[in-house]
Amino acid sequence: MKKQEWYNLSWLPAAPDDFLQRCSGLQSNDAAALQALAMHALSDIQLHKLSKQCEAFSEVPKGLQPLKLGIIGNANSDFLKAALKSSALRHGLWLDVEMGSMGQTVVAVLDPNSNIAAFKPDVVVLALTWQIWSQTILVGHEKEAVAAIENLENDIRLMADTLKKQDTTFIIQTMPQAPISLFGSLDRRVVGTLRRLIDDYNAMVWASGLPVIDVAALAELVGLATWHDAGQWHWAKLPFSQNLIPLYADHVTRTLGALRGRSRKCLVLDLDNTLWGGVIGDDGVEGISLGQGSPRGEAHLAIQHMALALRERGILLAVCSKNEDATARLPFVDHPEQILKESHIAVFQANWKDKASNLEAIAKALDLTPDALVFLDDNPAEREMVRRELPAVAVPEVPDTEPALWPQILSAAGYFEAVSFMESDMARAGQYVANVKRKSLKVESRNIDDYLAAMAMEMKITSFGPNVRPRVAQLINRSNQYNLTSRRYTENQVEAIENDPAAFCFSARLQDRFGDNGIISVVICKEVDNEWYIDTWLMSCRVLGRRVEHTLLNYIATEARAAGKNTLKGHYIATAKNGLVKEHYKNLGFKSTEAKTSDESFWHLDLESFTPFDAPIVLTSQELQKKKA
Amino acid sequence: MDTQKLQTMLQDVFRDVFDNNTIVIDRNTSADDIGEWDSFNHVRLIIAAEEAFNVSLSTADVADLRNVGELIDLIARHTNNQN
Repeated sequence: MKKQEWYNLSWLPAAPDDFLQRCSGLQSNDAAALQALAMHALSDIQLHKLSKQCEAFSEVPKGLQPLKLGIIGNANSDFLKAALKSSALRHGLWLDVEMGSMGQTVVAVLDPNSNIAAFKPDVVVLALTWQIWSQTILVGHEKEAVAAIENLENDIRLMADTLKKQDTTFIIQTMPQAPISLFGSLDRRVVGTLRRLIDDYNAMVWASGLPVIDVAALAELVGLATWHDAGQWHWAKLPFSQNLIPLYADHVTRTLGALRGRSRKCLVLDLDNTLWGGVIGDDGVEGISLGQGSPRGEAHLAIQHMALALRERGILLAVCSKNEDATARLPFVDHPEQILKESHIAVFQANWKDKASNLEAIAKALDLTPDALVFLDDNPAEREMVRRELPAVAVPEVPDTEPALWPQILSAAGYFEAVSFMESDMARAGQYVANVKRKSLKVESRNIDDYLAAMAMEMKITSFGPNVRPRVAQLINRSNQYNLTSRRYTENQVEAIENDPAAFCFSARLQDRFGDNGIISVVICKEVDNEWYIDTWLMSCRVLGRRVEHTLLNYIATEARAAGKNTLKGHYIATAKNGLVKEHYKNLGFKSTEAKTSDESFWHLDLESFTPFDAPIVLTSQELQKKKA
Repeated sequence: MDTQKLQTMLQDVFRDVFDNNTIVIDRNTSADDIGEWDSFNHVRLIIAAEEAFNVSLSTADVADLRNVGELIDLIARHTNNQN
């Protein structure tokens, strides 16, 4: 992502390459597919295409609320119509849009014969731009300048009264600042300059108490130089640069969604590399990055601050993490820089089940539907899986290597847009925590085979070798959770194992359609009594639940057979942190031999009767083959 | 860029903007030939063309265009200036 464009729908996944074909292929009653297509960062042309598909629906699609929107103002709003219609799908609305004639505001509302009045809108938006004033005429004329704002105020009051009687909501846009100054820095001190008029107008809008769409803030976020396009104004009276239409339309429709109670209510947070840098199960409380002193730690702390601030205004917080429950809670209890506490978290789900099932359980426990949730996770594969299984959950795209940007991206996405704020909102998050049992919820896993197949996973087996040796040694010494024996070796020892003819060892890299996950597994087998004894088997928890272990076993079994072995021997040594893999060998079809104790267990796999697992991962091992040849 | 290649690319822009994959343009194609080519879509068309060819056309120029040939020549002038 280009850093400077994070504000522009970057939280939505890119549109699929076959977007236009998918649009054309839409069934005219498939509301879910229509909405799913809208959940991408669409261009103006794509929004047009989607709005055309909407015309095929003869009635309001299931799950969407109808809303009739009238827009009045001094610019040409025709260009916005299709974009508004399509963007509204993201916010649960089925929009009908009517544009007032350009320049007509009061008349459009008061004249019963105007197209706006005849349309009987649910909501009317007043959208004015600085071009309603000529640039210099009021400078130094205090009376006229004050009157200019008062006249607008009277118009707005008149419109508001009329619309109120019709039970129509009246929303005012704030006015973006102009890209032109007259004096320079002095402008805002001199009554009647453009900048001062705009300031005065906006102050009047805020004071009116009417609902507001803060387009001025949006224009500031984008930057006025980018927001305004003088050529397009002169030519077609476009109120702002045409390529910002998708962004503007999303802002307007999210506010309408908020009016209709469609804003999100709960922020669900991943933990490792989201609330803190690093993996708590591997790095420990002392090893994770959080807090002052490192840029990364500060970035994650800023994410916590953002979450806490949201909670203060009434947004519920929940946790959904692949972790041991006790381990996951450690930083909440023991880390001095951790500002989120367990008491802030309404539901705390740390387990090894898939996240979609956990999110469903969280929503249910809070008496919410999935469309009330926002799920923040650094891992693109988890994000994609949740989107696929639970399309109603909002899952922002975030740059996984730059957590510093997350708070502003989450804010720009506007999931928690509100049209009012009261004292009672502040207490809400606390009440929920009291209602929900603090113990984590039981979750049934779902079948995600289709998703895994679509991930295009490719595993590359490589021998240790000098290039990967440092990373292999690092994994051997750092991995605590998915680690069967937790044996630690130095880099020199790793090298010795490489050269040991009685040892069979390799590392595995995993690629998927989101990119290269790097080395995610290390396996060392040693020949003992004509069996292969699995001395070390560890994996990164990042790729958990992807059937990586099945693919690895297939490979080990093949190589062991080729070496003339009939049996694999597995060994589990319990530690405080590796409870996750207690059943690892059992799940892979090994038989428990020898007496089990709470500290360790031994397992055997008969290679003659072993049938390889059917796993959705393509395996390549060129480097090893080369070495053998 | 030669004008033939430019015309092919421009045809794709037309198809996108008018959402019609059967549109075929030549130098004489004008607003009379494409039903939906009104002043509103003219603006969308020009802006989409600016994006597709990475050029910035002056509003004075685009307001006076009479047919596709003139648009091609205008874009060609801008892309050649860049090179």
